[in-house]
Amino acid sequence: MPGLSIHARQTFRGTAAMPLNSPWRADFPGILALQAEGQTYLDNAATAQKPEPVLAALDAYYRNGTANVHRAQHLPGDRATRAFEATRLKVTQWLNAASPAEIVFTRGATEAFNLLAYGLEHLFQPGDEIVVSALEHHANLLPWQQLAHRRGLNLVVLPLDAQGDIDLAAAATLIGARTRLLAVSQLSNVLGRWQPLPELLALARARGALSVVDGAQGAVHGRHDLHALGCDFYAFSSHKLYGPEGVGVLYGRSDALARLRHWQFGGEMVRHAEFQDAEFHPAPMGLEAGTPPIAGVIGLGAALDYLDGLDETAVAAHEAALHAELLAGLAARDGVRLLGAPRIALACFAVDGVHNADLAHLLGEQGIAVRVGSHCAMPLYERLGLAGAVRVSLALYNDGEDLRRFFAALDAALELLR
Amino acid sequence: MSELPPLAQQALDAFARLPGWEQRARLLLQWAERLEPLDAAERSEANRVHGCESLVWLVAERRDQALHFRAASDARLLRGLLALLLARIEGLDGAGLAALDLADWFAQLGLQRQLSPSRSNGLNAVLERMRELAATR
Repeated sequence: MPGLSIHARQTFRGTAAMPLNSPWRADFPGILALQAEGQTYLDNAATAQKPEPVLAALDAYYRNGTANVHRAQHLPGDRATRAFEATRLKVTQWLNAASPAEIVFTRGATEAFNLLAYGLEHLFQPGDEIVVSALEHHANLLPWQQLAHRRGLNLVVLPLDAQGDIDLAAAATLIGARTRLLAVSQLSNVLGRWQPLPELLALARARGALSVVDGAQGAVHGRHDLHALGCDFYAFSSHKLYGPEGVGVLYGRSDALARLRHWQFGGEMVRHAEFQDAEFHPAPMGLEAGTPPIAGVIGLGAALDYLDGLDETAVAAHEAALHAELLAGLAARDGVRLLGAPRIALACFAVDGVHNADLAHLLGEQGIAVRVGSHCAMPLYERLGLAGAVRVSLALYNDGEDLRRFFAALDAALELLR
Repeated sequence: MSELPPLAQQALDAFARLPGWEQRARLLLQWAERLEPLDAAERSEANRVHGCESLVWLVAERRDQALHFRAASDARLLRGLLALLLARIEGLDGAGLAALDLADWFAQLGLQRQLSPSRSNGLNAVLERMRELAATR
């Protein structure tokens, strides 16, 4: 694309080598088990290992007697419902939402976007525009693309600048009078940069358009005050935030949530049912059809409690130091080209004259768990003119030794391949 | 199971005694060079095998009644794996292809991880395509 480039960086050379230890590593049995198995886990943007309190919460929930939520009068049902709803309260506080009624549990971030694309469908007229960006993950692209097909809408794609940020000047012209909805990622899973959300959201607001923020990566690398951010909807998944999989969170400002139509029908979401007709609960219950992933939601609550107990500044400093070391190591190697200019959490790169699949094969052989491919962002890679890249993504439990092993394996692989 | 084709036996003898990943990778890169080339016209969309992260092309032709396959890829190690697959299936008819346990063959070579379900290198897709071609030509 015009703008976003793949370039070798020359900065960060000569960073002093201090051993980077993670004081939280021992809290994660999974990372220790993988290490004992000779595996170096650096695929955290795909999913994260779980801290001990999450494992304990899952175990306790099942071991102490399970029950369904919201329907039963008995003690186990009451206990399960309290624990389940306690997580909704924790998420409310975590995101600084106005009330627990603004928090909907889904089965993942992907389901949250699909919920929105179906629940908001009635608001669109043929010719209306939905605006996304060129860096969207498939989860925040395809539901809107398919909605556009269903309703005869135009999908407008915001271009990126050379660093990998959504181009604000282009956005100011592309977000226009026909724009009904803006759906953008907070932090790209490929480019590793915070997107200029306040500016983009202001542009959407000025046009009276709804806004949807994909927080799947962003939620993992910092706490975000959604009241201050001012988006209409925000979604993330538990499993990337050190919680169990099968759980997503959809935040919707109360007036925005009220505009959603029900989209899945069944138990729990119905207030009154007859054979020919039914009345449904409002959000959040009305959007949570069927038995929810109770253990997973309780586990997410434990993950938030765990994270709440950490020194946020220390975590951010550790992640920043790891990221700087990752960039320095990549910059020090010939022929390694970074995608964009990542600032946090991850780096994607390709190597001149070396096929990604070959690199993937040899890193895998050496026990390095990184992701190779197009990272669920095929249109972005197409614009970059690349078949894919290698992505190294970090979590708070990674340490300097993980990076040392990765670079040793990278060097050995490149020596064989060139 | 019948005897291995000579080239496959040669591969088995060579790979089975390798001590580590590095030696396996070096040998795979050598085997990659053994693939009969495909010309530009044969690297067509119609000959592409989908289900692979890398580009893979597969061509089948009858030679003295028997079906003969050639394959190519843009990824080097995958070319080596394709050469090992082609060595194993040389001379097999449709029934032989249908019965072939690909995972077992690569396990014998010490390359079982290349066949795991999470792999997207597409060797299984290549074998599927071979079976289809054998059924139609």
